[in-house]
Amino acid sequence: MTDPIPREALAAGLATAGYVADRDLATALWMMDHLKRPLLLEGEAGVGKTEVAKALARLHGCELIRMQCYEGLDAQSALYEWNYQRQLLAIKARESPGAKAAEIEAQIFSEDYLLERPLLAAIRREVSPVLLVDEVDRADEEFEAFLLELLSDFQVSIPEFGVITARTIPRVVLTSNGTRELSDALRRRCLYHYLDFPDVDREAAILLMRQPGLDAQLALQVARMVAMLRKEDLRKVPGVAETLDWAATLAGLGVEDMRQEPEIVHDTLIAILKTHEDRTRVSRQTTERLLGKVA
Amino acid sequence: MGALAIGDAGGPGPAMRRRLAGFAATLRMAGFAIGQAEVQDAARVLATPLGERPERLKGALQALFCSRHSDLARYGDLFDAFWRGRGAKRAAKITAHGLAARSPRKFDAGPGAGDAREALPETAYAPGPEDGAAEGRGRKGGASTQAALSGKDIRKLSSGEEREQALALAEKLARAMRARLTRRERARTSGRRIDLRSTIRHSVAHGGEPIDLKFRRRKPKPLRLVVLLDASGSMEPYTAFFTRFLHAVSLSFRESEAFLFHTRIAHVSSALRERDPTRALDRLHLMAQGIGGGTKIGECLATFNRWHARRVIHSRTCVMILSDGYDTGAPEVLETAMRNLRRRCKRIVWLNPLLGWDGYEPSAAGMRAALPFVDLFAPAHNIESLAALEPYLARI
Repeated sequence: MTDPIPREALAAGLATAGYVADRDLATALWMMDHLKRPLLLEGEAGVGKTEVAKALARLHGCELIRMQCYEGLDAQSALYEWNYQRQLLAIKARESPGAKAAEIEAQIFSEDYLLERPLLAAIRREVSPVLLVDEVDRADEEFEAFLLELLSDFQVSIPEFGVITARTIPRVVLTSNGTRELSDALRRRCLYHYLDFPDVDREAAILLMRQPGLDAQLALQVARMVAMLRKEDLRKVPGVAETLDWAATLAGLGVEDMRQEPEIVHDTLIAILKTHEDRTRVSRQTTERLLGKVA
Repeated sequence: MGALAIGDAGGPGPAMRRRLAGFAATLRMAGFAIGQAEVQDAARVLATPLGERPERLKGALQALFCSRHSDLARYGDLFDAFWRGRGAKRAAKITAHGLAARSPRKFDAGPGAGDAREALPETAYAPGPEDGAAEGRGRKGGASTQAALSGKDIRKLSSGEEREQALALAEKLARAMRARLTRRERARTSGRRIDLRSTIRHSVAHGGEPIDLKFRRRKPKPLRLVVLLDASGSMEPYTAFFTRFLHAVSLSFRESEAFLFHTRIAHVSSALRERDPTRALDRLHLMAQGIGGGTKIGECLATFNRWHARRVIHSRTCVMILSDGYDTGAPEVLETAMRNLRRRCKRIVWLNPLLGWDGYEPSAAGMRAALPFVDLFAPAHNIESLAALEPYLARI
């Protein structure tokens, strides 16, 4: 490393890839490359966990392989599957008296009939990709153990075929919403970063980066307003994507100064408040009170 | 400040490595999960530009050594204390050992406790008028006259030996429950989807004709038990017993979460995962410290709903509340909290030790407010009553 502070270059790189990272995240991402460890990102829904992996892929100019976890996810749908239709056809096509069972078997369990699923795909690329294991807390514990094995050995054993060793080691990002407690083993294996909602300045920077035409003052106002709303007792706290939507809505309606247009501001709150309960909780008075502090 | 600088590029010197190992040991003592591989990686990080300044190193090692959100806050203090000699006192409090050493109350045995560590810490709890009433009732009502230990009210177990036996029974019961509940799941037959992978694998033997169809069945989600134990003064005669039961449940059910509450609620699952009961209860006591002065069931449940429920409750969850229902908070708060909880989980079981007493009516305002939302309201004053729960849980 010739660069004295590598993470600053990394943060700048991420910014060009469309992601505004704070210092700790940049450090964690740099260490991820240096130590070849996976990164576990935790945080509320909507703080931009998935976005980190996407930006990372853009930054390194490599492929993003995404695996969405869900309950009941098993090794078959995560790792590999045989192409059964083709296998059956191949068996039928060779149904002549002379055909030997062993030959057929050797053929139908060859690479031609193997369907890659995300995890296998991630270790078989020429250029190391970014592997995003999204919402790992949704998968069950057995899958977590299996994932752990893959992440430490980077090889996969397929009984009918043999062992496949990684060509390149992918950059692995795991995200978790905390719907279930993850195992200590997985946590230990990973670098950890807790992603919080961005502060006002960072959120305004995100708005300006993602919506280049946006007025800087409006961006700051929207960011302040959302920051205050997040402190209200809401059932569903608005995420960064909601902020982006709201800013786009306000800009589209020609709002330049939020304080001048309390009506529009209140009516467009549907862009960020997504439950009926929250909608009723933030009354017109609340909106006006918060707008007063937006300055 | 610049003392952390490492000269050669080949890695930190032996002195630095020792310090690093010392830091890892400090963190481990505070409950961080750090293995040898992490320490080695930390040494690699030290050799990079990140190791040149404490501030950078702090951020770098944070990513490596912390593994959950709750670690982050403690990490900062521990790092400053270890590497910069600042705030050492505060850090000492954070490590569990530090806490244990400074704790003014060691969990000494209450009179009649068989095992010194079985009793919960004596809390600074002044019994309210309602609790006095409970005591009075207790004297009147009494327990069943059955001679069998399992039928005997836990409060009435006089000798240490009897208590020990009852506790052992509670543990056994928890384990047996788990075994029977899982066996039931396995016995379910017939798959819904054909498993093509193994069907084809087996068809090779028949020259490619898929004769033996193999099925896949969806694995049933294991039942999760979330236990909320009331550890207030009025529950005192029962808490030691219930904690032991809770410990056994935590160890034997793969999916279980435990909480302890009086005026505030504490998530104690991690303490209870400790195999050794003595150490587990020690850790539990540390976590439960500082709560006392009345029972605020409603508020505690509201806190539970807000902060913990999303994480610990899934579609096949049974929430078990072990409490006598004496609430010093407003009944409306409890009612709202119960209604919200009801919406989230599959079943709510309320176990009330007082219910086993003759002539007990759930007349306390809190208990009355909570009852409409409870699926099963059952006694829990002896081992038999706990055992009676099992068939119910099996049906969920």
